[in-house]
Formats: sequence, structure tokens, C-alpha cells
Amino acid sequence: MENDSRFRRLPQASDQTVTLSVEGRPVATRAGDSVAAALLAAGIITTRTTPVSGAPRSPFCLMGVCFDCLMEIDGVPNRQACMTPVRDGMTVALQHGAAAVSEETK
Amino acid sequence: MTDGMARVETCDLAVIGTGPAGMAAAVAAAELGLSVVAVDEQSVPGGQIYRNVLASPVAARLGPDYGHGAALAAAFDAAEGISRRYGTTVWTLSADGEIGLRGERGDIVLLRAKAVILATGALERPMPFPGWTLPGVMTAGSAQILLKSAAVVPADGVVLTGSGPLLYLVAAQLLDIGVRPGAIVETTPGANYRAAARHWRGAAHGAATLLKGLKLIARLRVARVPMVSGATGLSAEAGADGAVARLKYHCGGRERSVACSLLLVHQGVVPNVQISRSLDLPHDWDAAQRCWRPRLGEWGDTALPGIFVAGDGGGIGGALAAEEQGRLAALAAACRLGRIDEQERNRRADAPRRALAHHLAVRPFLDALYRPGDDAVVPADEVVVCRCEEVTAGEIRRCVVDGCVGPNQVKSFIRSGMGPCQGRMCGLTVSEIIAAARGMPVADVGYYRLRQPLKPITLGELAQLEEVAQ
Ligand SMILES: Cc1cc2nc3c(=O)[nH]c(=O)nc-3n(C[C@H](O)[C@@H](O)[C@H](O)COP(=O)(O)OP(=O)(O)OC[C@H]3O[C@@H](n4cnc5c(N)ncnc54)[C@H](O)[C@@H]3O)c2cc1C
Ligand code: FES
Repeated sequence: MENDSRFRRLPQASDQTVTLSVEGRPVATRAGDSVAAALLAAGIITTRTTPVSGAPRSPFCLMGVCFDCLMEIDGVPNRQACMTPVRDGMTVALQHGAAAVSEETK
Repeated sequence: MTDGMARVETCDLAVIGTGPAGMAAAVAAAELGLSVVAVDEQSVPGGQIYRNVLASPVAARLGPDYGHGAALAAAFDAAEGISRRYGTTVWTLSADGEIGLRGERGDIVLLRAKAVILATGALERPMPFPGWTLPGVMTAGSAQILLKSAAVVPADGVVLTGSGPLLYLVAAQLLDIGVRPGAIVETTPGANYRAAARHWRGAAHGAATLLKGLKLIARLRVARVPMVSGATGLSAEAGADGAVARLKYHCGGRERSVACSLLLVHQGVVPNVQISRSLDLPHDWDAAQRCWRPRLGEWGDTALPGIFVAGDGGGIGGALAAEEQGRLAALAAACRLGRIDEQERNRRADAPRRALAHHLAVRPFLDALYRPGDDAVVPADEVVVCRCEEVTAGEIRRCVVDGCVGPNQVKSFIRSGMGPCQGRMCGLTVSEIIAAARGMPVADVGYYRLRQPLKPITLGELAQLEEVAQ
């Protein structure tokens, strides 16, 4: 679900670029961004699907309280994309329903 | 994630949260000679209002209130005697001041503090209405966070809906930066204006605050941003791509709708009580603000000796009040640890106390004006209340009919509040729904019993914590 017209980046933003791999595709973003900010700026609004109905969700609060931004980041599931700063070469994958109850986490 | 044992550290005072309350508390305590560890989940100091204030690329365009935070953050950043830990989440806190911290890379630290100030601030009040879980529906606060931290802004045509000063502030900040909102659909109940007028005396004391608010609204009007007031019956509908496409609402006896690909919702802020609740501290229902607040003494002291609360986490008072509350709690902590005597504490408390009273004078007016109406906090049956487990208001009501008397029973029956957000997004709504269904005060219905860890933790990380705990 992509729509490039929902957000835009102001020219004042940092110009240091960092490249993420999102679902296997390169996404260029700015140093200092959270993963969630990077995705929204790139027009990607869906971060996960819910474990119960499989409905798509976008980041809702961006401050670490709603958990709708849970993603698999560098292979670790259930990371809050809004609280995770980007790093060059980071791999990011949408979290599909069941991953939310993975063995890894309690 | 790192393996092995957690590192153990000690300090006089741990300050959790580096918003205005936490920063002011840490600076004041360090000045009195306490060794301070200040912790924040964010990667920079500032909290919500002053998020990224030392580095924001758009700082100059966010208004004078944001600028005020720069001085406070700079003083905090430069102060000696404070160890600043960013990107660090508090996962556990025991009644005797043992704090489990998780750093950015999964490293675990066990911090033993002689006193603790909880300065974890506020979060936006849940705003359940049909469609609030659709992709493309976000909070107004989230748009402000994107602006301050990443210089990312909504495209023109973004629609804002709900109530409260922050809704107008965000709209005006976006306008100033060159974004044209498509509409502001305001939900403040008409009766609130009369209720607020009764508090004119306090309002007069807070004239500067109110004037700022009126100027914001005037700016939006001059810019001809379409504004609707007294809207009810909100619902968001999806387009063909599954994301939000329009907001529908009732106004003036008619159903109306406005198209949008991004909908920002907001109806005020409420204290973040996750930590104080997990410590089983007593909380009171604040009927004016329709939220819970921990029961506090005049220094922000709680029922647990050595544990204090400062700032919006103890009740919404705004950023300037938060700062003063931080200073008062620091004085009390220093007195408790024997750095100053009571006489010295009281003497130094004089100025912050007077400032605090001044900043709080306007609250009864604002609380009455922006108190959410019943339909804004007690949603219809089909509305999803618990976003994590997708539990609807109707399911909660059925639970009550089946004999559930409080939120904890509802939780064990239908899993509302069991998901990763641990009730942050549904707790208030669940208590309100049960209270309305049973025809009793929310205060008697109570809230979820919260358990630690405060955020989901991996087994490897938990093992590190447990190893030192032996
Ligand atoms: C999204 C949002 C935007 C806001 N914007 C404005 C604004 O522009 N203007 C305005 O006047 N008011 C604003 N407010 C109201 C706001 O709460 C201020 O009054 C002020 O920020 C309160 O200060 P504080 O120090 O009490 O808490 P905050 O500034 O909220 O600071 C609390 C800090 O605690 C940290 N924290 C919380 N839990 C943990 C944990 N478990 N571990 C580690 N750290 C933790 C948070 O990351 C945060 O930085 C906003 C509120 C919200 C929720
Ligand atoms: S967007 Fe709410 S927790 Fe990340």
C-alpha cells in the first residue's frame, strides 16, 4: 500500500543519506530518522498486519505506545519501528499477523 | 542483543524521562550534589513538547514555546553530575528503586537508585470511532513528531479531527511550515463553552496561554482553513486501496463528509500511568480530565518512600508546570537523601511553588472546555476498542451482561488489554464502557492491573536480568 502523496520531506532535513532494505527493496532515507519516519517519507504506510483479523495497520502514535509499528528489523521481530533509529544496511520487513506471537518474545 | 549478565550500576537519583519535568529535576538534583542517571527511550532529550529541540532542522519555525525548551535542554545537556542514557527503555522498576534498563542494542543494565523520579509524561487520549484503525489514520501528535524529528510533513489536504489545544497547535504549526490542511473537524461539545465560562477567574490568570490559543485559531481562520465545530458521529472510511479515503461526521443535523488520504485524530492528552500502575500505587479518577492520576503529595511523593512523580505523568498541567514539579521533586529527593535539611528544602521550594500555582491556574478552564463528551469516550458496539486484540465495544458490553464487573475480568475473558500495548490504547475506554454499562462511577470500576515488564522483552534479555537478580 503505497501513496507518495501522503507525506513530503522539507528541504531543511538532514542531507546525510542512509539506505535501508525494506522487503528486499532499497529505500534511501536520512540519518537520524526512525524506521517508521523513513517508511512514511518513502510512501510506505503499512507496517504490519494484525494477528487476529490480518488487517493492515500504519504507525499510529510514533511515540512508542500503540505498537502498531511492530516490524521485523534486522531479523528480530516485534521491534517498534517508531523507536528504532535507522542504520545503513538495516533490513526491514513487514510483520504479518502471526509473527507477533513468535517464540522469541514473551 | 548481547548475551551474558546484566551490568549493575548505582546512583543517588534515577530520573525516568527527559521531557521538561525530567530535565528540570535532573539539573536541580545535580546542582545539589546528587549523582543522577537520566534515562529516556528517545535518542535525544526534550520529551514530547521539546522533542529534538537541540537538533531539529525546523526549530526556528515551531514558535516561541518550542524555543523555550532549547535553553532548558542545553542546561540539562551541559550539567555535570548527570549520566544521560538515551535510546534506553525502563522495563522494570521495583518498589525499592531497582530499575531494569534496556539500551538501544539490547544491552541490559540493572540500576540501583536511592530515589526515583518518574517523569514519563502524557500520551494522547484514545479516540475510538469507526475506522480509527485504518491505515492512514494517525494521531495529531504523530504528525508533530515527524515534523520535529525528521522534517517530514503531511501533504496538503490532510484532515484533522477531534478536540483540544494540541489539535489547533499542530494545525497551525503545519500551516506555518507551508502545509494546507483540507479541514479541521472539531468535536468539542457545545455545552463545554458554558461549563468553561464558570472558571473565568483562573482563565484570567492564564490570559497569556489563552491568548496564544486564540491567536492560533485566528491564524487558521485568516488562512481560510475550512473549520467545522461541534461535529459528532465521526467515522472514517477506506478507499479501494484499503487506506482511509474520507471522514464522515454529523453537524447541524446533517451528515457530511470530507475526502482525505491522511486523517490526524486527537482528543487531548492523559497521564502515562504505566509505571505508577505497575507499582500498584494508588490512583484517583480525575473527573474533570476523564483520566486516572497517581495520588501524590505536594512534592510529587507517592505511597512508596523515595519514589516521586513529576510532570504530566502525575496529572496534565502542561510543560511549564512540569518543569516546576520536576524541581520540587528533586528538592524532596535531595532532602530525603540528607543533602539538604527540611528548612533548606522549603526555602528553595518557594519560587517553584509560586510559579507552579501560576501555571496551573488556567487548567480548570481548559479542562472544562476540552473535556471529551460521552460519545467521544464511550463508543458504539461495532467500534474496535482494543487495537491489539481487535476487541469491540459490543464484546465488552456483552461481557458485562455476562457478569464481568471490572476491566481485569474483561481482560481475562476476551483478551482486551492483553496485547503488546498493555492497555495503553484501550484502558481508559474499557473502564468508561464498563462504568456506563453498569451505571456506576469510573472510580469504582477501576483500571487494568498492570504487570512488568513494561514493554515486551525477549527471553534472552529477560535471562540477563534474572541472572543478576539471583
Ligand atoms: C505527542 C505529544 C505531543 C505534545 N506536544 C506538545 C506541544 O507541542 N506543546 C505543548 O504545550 N504540549 C505538548 N504536549 C503535552 C506534553 O505532554 C507537555 O505538556 C510536556 O511535554 C509534558 O512534559 P513531561 O516532562 O511531563 O513529559 P514528556 O515531555 O512527555 O516526557 C516524558 C519522557 O519520558 C520518556 N519515557 C516514557 N516512558 C519511558 C520508559 N518506560 N523508559 C524510558 N523513557 C520513558 C518519553 O520518551 C518522554 O521523552 C504533547 C503531548 C504529546 C503526547
Ligand atoms: S507508532 Fe505507535 S508504537 Fe510505534
